Amino acid sequence: MRLNYPVHVRIIRVPCTGKVDILHILRAFEKGADGVYLVGCMEGSCFYEQGNFKARKRVEYAQRLLEQVGTGGERVQMFNLTSGEAPKFAQFAREMTERIKTLGPNPAKLAGAASKGPAAGQAAERGAA
Amino acid sequence: MGLEGEEGDFTARVLQHPRFVDLEKCTACGECAKVCPIPLDSEYDAGIAQRRAAYKRYAQAIPGAYAISKRGQSPCKVACPAHIAVQGYVNLIAAGRYREALRVIRDENPLPAVCGRVCTHPCEAACARGELDEPIAIRDLKRFVAEWEIEQGEMDLPETKPSRGEKIAIIGSGPAGLAAAYYLALDGFKVTTFESLPVAGGMLRVGIPDYRLPQRILDYEIDYIKALGVEIRLNSTLGEDFTVAQLQQEGYRAVIMAVGAHHCLTLGVDGEDVQGVRPGVEFLRQAGLGQASSPGKRVVVVGGGNVAIDSARTALRLGSQDVTILYRRTRNEMPAYEDEVEEALEEGVNIQFLVAPKRFISSDGKLTGVEVIKMELGEPDASGRARPQEIPGSEYVIEVDGALAAIGQEPDLECLDDTCRLDVGRKNCLQVDEVSLQTNLPFVFAGGDAVLGPATVIEAVAQGKEAARSVTAMVEGRDLKEGRPRKLTPVQPEKMDKPLQARERLPHADPAQRAKNFTEVLGPYTEEQARAEASRCLACAGCAECMLCVDACLAGAVNHDEAPRELALEVGSVVLATGARPFQPEILGLDFRFGQNPNVLTALEFERLLSPAGPTQGHLVRLSDHKEPLKIAWLQCVGSRDTNRCGNGYCSSVCCMYAIKQALVAKEHAHGELDCTIFNMDIRTFGKDYELYYHRARDREGVRFIKSRAHTIYDDPDTGGVRIEYATDDGQAMEEAFDLVVLSVGLQVPESCGELAKRLGVEIDKYRFASTEPMTPVATSRPGVMVCGSFQGPKDIPSSVTEASAAAAAAAGKLSPARWSATRSVEVIPERDVGAEEPRVGVFVCKCGINIAGVVDVPSVTEYAATLPNVVVADDGLFVCSQDVQEQMKAKIAEHNLNRVVVASCSPKTHEPIFMDTLTACGLNKYLFEMANIRNHNSWVHTAEPALATAKAKDLVRAAVARVSTHRALPKMTVGVKPRCLVVGGGVAGLTASLSLAEQGFEVVLVEREAELGGFSRRLTHTIEGADINAHLDKLIEQVREHDNLQVLTETVITSFSGYRGNFTTEVIVGPGMYERKINHGALILATGASEYEPSEYGYGEDTRVVTQVELAQRLEDPKGAEGLDSVVMIQCVGSRRDDYPNCSRICCQSAVKNALHLKELNPDMQVYVLYRDIRTYGLMEDYYTEARQKGVVFFRFDQENPPEVVPGEDGVKVSFTDHVLGREIQVRADLVTLSAGMRPRESEDLWSIMKLARNADGYLLEAHVKLRPVDMASDGVYVCGTAHGPKLVSESISQALAAAGRAATLLSQSELELSPVTSRVNPELCASCLVCVYSCPYGVPRINEDGVSQIDEALCRGCGICAAECPAKAIELNWYEDGQILAQVDALLEGVM
Repeated sequence: MRLNYPVHVRIIRVPCTGKVDILHILRAFEKGADGVYLVGCMEGSCFYEQGNFKARKRVEYAQRLLEQVGTGGERVQMFNLTSGEAPKFAQFAREMTERIKTLGPNPAKLAGAASKGPAAGQAAERGAA
Repeated sequence: MGLEGEEGDFTARVLQHPRFVDLEKCTACGECAKVCPIPLDSEYDAGIAQRRAAYKRYAQAIPGAYAISKRGQSPCKVACPAHIAVQGYVNLIAAGRYREALRVIRDENPLPAVCGRVCTHPCEAACARGELDEPIAIRDLKRFVAEWEIEQGEMDLPETKPSRGEKIAIIGSGPAGLAAAYYLALDGFKVTTFESLPVAGGMLRVGIPDYRLPQRILDYEIDYIKALGVEIRLNSTLGEDFTVAQLQQEGYRAVIMAVGAHHCLTLGVDGEDVQGVRPGVEFLRQAGLGQASSPGKRVVVVGGGNVAIDSARTALRLGSQDVTILYRRTRNEMPAYEDEVEEALEEGVNIQFLVAPKRFISSDGKLTGVEVIKMELGEPDASGRARPQEIPGSEYVIEVDGALAAIGQEPDLECLDDTCRLDVGRKNCLQVDEVSLQTNLPFVFAGGDAVLGPATVIEAVAQGKEAARSVTAMVEGRDLKEGRPRKLTPVQPEKMDKPLQARERLPHADPAQRAKNFTEVLGPYTEEQARAEASRCLACAGCAECMLCVDACLAGAVNHDEAPRELALEVGSVVLATGARPFQPEILGLDFRFGQNPNVLTALEFERLLSPAGPTQGHLVRLSDHKEPLKIAWLQCVGSRDTNRCGNGYCSSVCCMYAIKQALVAKEHAHGELDCTIFNMDIRTFGKDYELYYHRARDREGVRFIKSRAHTIYDDPDTGGVRIEYATDDGQAMEEAFDLVVLSVGLQVPESCGELAKRLGVEIDKYRFASTEPMTPVATSRPGVMVCGSFQGPKDIPSSVTEASAAAAAAAGKLSPARWSATRSVEVIPERDVGAEEPRVGVFVCKCGINIAGVVDVPSVTEYAATLPNVVVADDGLFVCSQDVQEQMKAKIAEHNLNRVVVASCSPKTHEPIFMDTLTACGLNKYLFEMANIRNHNSWVHTAEPALATAKAKDLVRAAVARVSTHRALPKMTVGVKPRCLVVGGGVAGLTASLSLAEQGFEVVLVEREAELGGFSRRLTHTIEGADINAHLDKLIEQVREHDNLQVLTETVITSFSGYRGNFTTEVIVGPGMYERKINHGALILATGASEYEPSEYGYGEDTRVVTQVELAQRLEDPKGAEGLDSVVMIQCVGSRRDDYPNCSRICCQSAVKNALHLKELNPDMQVYVLYRDIRTYGLMEDYYTEARQKGVVFFRFDQENPPEVVPGEDGVKVSFTDHVLGREIQVRADLVTLSAGMRPRESEDLWSIMKLARNADGYLLEAHVKLRPVDMASDGVYVCGTAHGPKLVSESISQALAAAGRAATLLSQSELELSPVTSRVNPELCASCLVCVYSCPYGVPRINEDGVSQIDEALCRGCGICAAECPAKAIELNWYEDGQILAQVDALLEGVM
């Protein structure tokens, strides 16, 4: 449907959101991502039955960790949709971008070496369902 | 088209319609649809949205290529002598795309401004819109768009072919000569036009007065043609200043004679030579040259053509005070254009009809009068017009001082000398070949009035153009008639349903004012007018052949000349899956306000309204005012269960469920409270677990179900919605308003399928469904021809998909010897071991035409890619997926010894396999590959930010390169398949599946726990259609027992089960002897069956007068079975649809109807009462329900909360219940009470746990996916059929059994299976045996092995990676998604961010 969505989103393909490791999410923040979100199938419709439930749990875990270390738990999110819902996909990208704009850049980046101008934005991970 | 031959050896003749797009070349980029100007109703969106004539049906369509809807040619294009793509430019104007509109015109006619004024527009006479209201004002639109360019002040000159040196001479610069010059110049010729007059334009200049065609317009178009390099030599008369022979000597390769028809015919009456009498054409020529003086004060003009009208109006403008036209026929026969005649009359020209001049009277050599005679119309002449005859003695004299004779012209061929003796035919016209316009001298061609006599501008243009095409063909040495004339097929629009709208009219100058000067009579359209007028077009033919898509398609995939192909296919079997269409409610007239009120939709339209991919992107709004509806009503059974209004007596089986689904989805999509009401006669949620869905809608989501058929519907002008009048059960009249009404339309087989069936020799029933027998449900009346889906009978998706597999199995039965005989295998290139090599990456960046390159700076991405670590070579291509670029890629891989490849293009979902094949063909493992999706994830979705999109493309390429550098070769894995199937259960389903597989050539072991085969069906008698179930069973068992491929094990118990698809092992204990046996098999079919519920209610088991339907049917097998029965009561839903067992048992309503009919047949006077909750005689069984009512079976509805009471007594059984219509309790005395007991699955707890089989809450086996895999179990290689899956009829069990056999055969027919290497593997060094993987795997694959560590069988692993993510020790990696690979990608994406 070629719906426009914010340009700062980068997509990483995985077989199922159930494959997304907590380590992958944390690594993205370590490397300066401002936000990470997972897009999986609707709950109850996982091709692999439970993958998106596992993913949700890990996202919730990552939220707690990031909250504790001061990065901010809201920077990581989980979304669900069906494959026919392109408008929702674009909407999630906008929602997430708006959220990050409100939160400001990843604090790790500010604390790191001299900032190099406007950052590349957030990396996004999604399950290719 | 037809089917000859017989089963096993058919020849099917099929007609393949052209797609006009080459499937091999199309990259599905969609540029064709973007430029296509033709809007058509989108079939996919059920007509509530539009698509283009160049289109892809929907985003996920297979094949993914675009197509062009072209039904033929529009009548306007066919009628136009120059065959301009009228419909194309009209729609371009409607879209405001004027420059392109003009290009489309000039493709066929270089004089749009001229023809926009003076064309006789035969297109408008042919316009289909004329039948609706008024034709499109095509000429005026052409004028508008031509004028638009003039106003822009810049000529949009076309590209000409490279200059080719050959010189061509054209004699005459009228429309034919100009057109010829234009198209020859486009072809690269050096063109010289010779004109005898001192001005260019021929009759356009000196035949058509300025008030119709201003000089500046003609000048502009001549300048336009001259701008292409055409030279026009004025004052150069053939025969005087030069000869054809001279032209030849000067090196002209061809000559086109376009000398026109300038010689005026004379009247042949006395006094014609007197001063004051002049030929009209000569008069107009002088006027055109600015040399004419007034022809007199009182003038007559003789003639009825355009020259006569023009002469009269010009005379007025030159000062004549009284101008009279004399015409010898009536106005009806007048050849002049109607509009012109009207304008002349407005300006004060008189016309006398039915008069002819006899002689001119003069005095002193000067004209003083004309004597005329009255005429009358006689017999038709050669031209078909009535021949005028003089009325003797009716002469009279008109006093005049000037006369203009305008009765016709002919070519002036004085110019032809001995060097150019051309054949001359009738009316002094040049004789030419009709198609090529070649004269008797091969290098001389002719066109326009010189050939046609005085004709129209557009005909002259057409001939000039054709003559030019002949010249090009001649010079290029081609056959002049190749592909000419092109066959055009005029088509009328499919639908004429546009609202009436009058055509826009051009403003006329005031007649009194305009008659005094030569300023233009007609004013221009405003832009709004033009676009409004253009949008009236009905787009008759679909594609307009404007050819914009041809230019837009950089892949060169569009071919408008593609023709239909007739193919003869040699086949052994045929499967008909032609389906049904939604019922068209228009047939019902105004009953439902459908088509009148925009807020009355069919269910399919509403479905599209709810779809996220639909026209509103799933926003629930009314299309009429874009407001959210607050109340929606569904009206069930529109076009179903309705013999009165549409003749469809059957139930469509699907509408109740879809209405409930739509109500639930609508509630979900609504922003506020949404009231959903479903008006129904019965709710038929008879499928597996469907009743639960109904309950959810009714009890949890608050959908209202009203048992009533709405009788009157009328518009509510206040809300735009409708008001519905209906009656409640107790006869109370109700009225309610709704914002939106959805008609739950049924399924109907289109007439075309009926015709197809006739051509194929296949019988159909009265509703046009294919006729089948209950015991062979997918076989048509013609052996070898199978049927499935809704052409077999109305049904839902799960049943259709099941039946499809069944038809496949039935079709394959006789064909098994031919299996694999027509396959081709791919040559295997040995794989190069790259394990020890450093990564050498090649990056290929795709432009995808302009899909990527239009937004992303592709060269800069390529340049950037070349600088990345490990990259050896980077290149870009127009379409990287195209055959030629793939070859280049192979060459680059070899040349640079690449061992990794990145393609930056589109989605791996569509294109990854193509590129992987290329790697394989180069001896590289296909997993040494990665795609960067810079189209779908980038250029398509960031169109407004090209710089950022380019930066993102670089990020994605960098990440792909980083990732691919970490890729390893993954070995291809295969496992063998044991071509044997184990079938569990020897009922009708198990027997059918076994026999089908055996007939398809596979070994089958059938195990049955009882001593006898036959299962529950043994207790059944006949189907509702009358087929003998036991006889069928006997035959089936005999066939099974005799078949060599079949082994039957009775009294057998399964003790263990292991393995995976292709390789299962099942251990059994057989027979009374308890022999142990081990069976190795590739597939497993479960057909464990179900049985009748044993009622505990209504006194069953306590009184012999209370029986079940099965027992009644058995009793009625005895012809005396009905003796002593005067009154029978049947009670439905016994053991079904109750709180502890909520589902419907599907078969009981038809059992009741079947037995009721049987009782009535045995004793027509018997009273039969059926107490029901909803009658669910779905599909074609509705007819039996209708028949039962006609025969006097009485049906009473009761509520679940208020069931009937059954009290056995001495004098029969007393049954009491409450009737809804009468609103009171009724008591009936019955001799027999029959309980419609539902079904229960067979209890086999051991089996379920041994085989780890999932079941639903009722205990029926759970299929992998209700719709997509209805006979597959979740475990691969295991299939289910018959009542083990859910309650169903014998015929449905047979279908499903064949389906399971078909599914099993697709597995068993393969000698080996290729397994995906994308599986998880454990590093035993790291494994802590913590069991997390064992518990997290959704399929239970990981196990702790003998070494005490986790082990994952790669044949069973599905590759989801859940275990890898869960493993706390990180001992598990998923191939191709290894942590190192994903992290390399993450790191690369975020490079430079910190």
